Amino acid sequence: MTEIAGPQLPAITELNVRGRSPWQEAWGRFLRNKASLGGLVIVIFFMLVTVFASVIAPHSPLQLHSGKSFLPPAWVEKSTTGKTGDQQFLLGTDTLGRDALSRVLYGSRVSMMVGFVPTVIIILVGTLVGMVAGYYGGTWDNFLMRLTDIMYGFPDLLFFIIVLIALRDTWIGELMSGLFLLFFALAIVNWVSVARLVRGQVLSLKEKEFVEAARSIGVKDSRIMLRHLLPNILGPLIVLTAFQIPNLIILEAILGYLGLGLKPATNPDAFFITSWGSLLLEGQTAINAQPFLLLAPAVCVALVVVAFTFIGDGLRDALDPRMRGTQ
Amino acid sequence: MATYFLRRILWMIPVLFTVALITFVMMHSAPGGPWDRDLSARQVDPATQKVLNTYYGLDKPLWRQFVAYVVGDFTQEGKFDCGLVCGDLGPSYRVRGRSVQDILFEPPKGKSAIYSRFGYSMRLGFLAVSMAAIIGIPVGIAAALKQNSWVDYLSLFIATIGISLPSFVMAIFLIIIFASILHLVSVIPKNWDEIKAWILPAAVLGFGTMAYVARLTRTSMLEVLRQDYVRTARAKGLHERVVVFRHMLRNAIIPVVTILGPALAALVTGSFIIETMFSFPGMGRAFVTAIGQRDYSMIMGTTLIYVFLVSVANLAVDFLYVFIDPRIRLED
Repeated sequence: MTEIAGPQLPAITELNVRGRSPWQEAWGRFLRNKASLGGLVIVIFFMLVTVFASVIAPHSPLQLHSGKSFLPPAWVEKSTTGKTGDQQFLLGTDTLGRDALSRVLYGSRVSMMVGFVPTVIIILVGTLVGMVAGYYGGTWDNFLMRLTDIMYGFPDLLFFIIVLIALRDTWIGELMSGLFLLFFALAIVNWVSVARLVRGQVLSLKEKEFVEAARSIGVKDSRIMLRHLLPNILGPLIVLTAFQIPNLIILEAILGYLGLGLKPATNPDAFFITSWGSLLLEGQTAINAQPFLLLAPAVCVALVVVAFTFIGDGLRDALDPRMRGTQ
Repeated sequence: MATYFLRRILWMIPVLFTVALITFVMMHSAPGGPWDRDLSARQVDPATQKVLNTYYGLDKPLWRQFVAYVVGDFTQEGKFDCGLVCGDLGPSYRVRGRSVQDILFEPPKGKSAIYSRFGYSMRLGFLAVSMAAIIGIPVGIAAALKQNSWVDYLSLFIATIGISLPSFVMAIFLIIIFASILHLVSVIPKNWDEIKAWILPAAVLGFGTMAYVARLTRTSMLEVLRQDYVRTARAKGLHERVVVFRHMLRNAIIPVVTILGPALAALVTGSFIIETMFSFPGMGRAFVTAIGQRDYSMIMGTTLIYVFLVSVANLAVDFLYVFIDPRIRLED
């Protein structure tokens, strides 16, 4: 008997492959996107600045350095006011002799808070209202749609200005040196767009088979919304949030520039001393003598806003690969 | 169609009414009145205040004041004084003896209407939108026709920056570059009759829209590019120019047109920061000044004009749709 030489079969080995969840896949896609990774680095940098502002800042942001006002940045030999930069004050000093760099560092606190605090309220309220309106329909839904119609007719910046002017000198306007009112005004307008998004998503999702299946076995409405609908709308919701944050930071800067943001602090121990918006206002008044005062907060706003936009773009591509390259 | 537009026009009434109501309530809940805030001027004594309050109807209950503001009221002499419905925005609280619409719409003596504050703002807005369309659309077309070339990448990069950066940050950069470093223009132009003075504010104002228009044109051209009718047009030997402009652009332009209207409205309403930065003699700066002075009637009047403009612009776009694309039929 001759042995038949069969093809050499490779030994079957157990392949150690772990499944990856869609979220892990998305995270991987996000990390491969260089622009959004760069954005993430910038945002983390500014977050660290926010937390450690008191440690990094070379001077107190409120200390007046007498005789050292109107200083240009350290590298300028001779400014329009005829002064030479001082190594002690890297970005120069303002009209009152306060260190510009320290003020910009402290200013990041307000902008980062404005980016995140109202966003939390906006997402919570918007998701809740949108989900209830979309799931139950009827009166709630009608009310929401009419409300959004009116909100869309009212340019949001004008609404903020009106609310802030009217309530700024009342007790609400005094809370948290005016920041509470600012957060409140930003939240009250912006939850509407979240609610609309969630409503639209829920309207299409609730007709799907898996929701019907859940309902047929007697799952409670609240559980369907939380366990079946919410995870499915999380993707678009995250993307919207990422674009919401820079929008809020811009609004703070505009309102601060109009003198309607944070009230200037006099107590050096206060957490919120100044904001980028207020710094822009101060810089604008001194634009001819010291253009650099305006430049530093403007660069910061620009960096943070572009960083968040890149993160938003990256998240959208990662969470919904079909959307890649479209609007 | 006619019904559709009629309904859209009528829908503006509740929107404007709600806006007027919100603004009115807000402005009246703000502490201080028209007479006691004027710290720079001579203080008004209580007796005069009373006379003034009666004259302007400020002693009446709030709802009555609102009705008077919106519809109108009888003066003491029994003459009917028409309110908002006739376009009367009431007296300015800070500029004594002048009404809000005087300040906004009255040109300086001997000049035409385009020299009023409103006229200046409209001219700036139109200039900005024109710049956005004239530069943005061709750039978008070029980027789409030369997809994945350096033209495409460069324009996409600039567009991304332009869309995400707020216009006032852009304004700061451009002011510093062109005025403070290069000294090409002065930060605060003394004479707005020169065209040179308008370039920077209009460019800043229009840049975001331009970027958006370019990106949108590119995307929608890319969609049209691969359509069968474009291939057919090429196959039957039409000139490339005809294919691009008559067959592709006519279809690709529709989404661009839809954003131009809201963009114009956004530019006119959003211009107050830019106007303030450049000391532009427009409506926006009057608004910002009013904010600083807490001139409540002025703030309210300007807000209502802005909201009206936004509504009209949105309506105009819907109207334009039908002309550009005969396939679109608006539902009655």
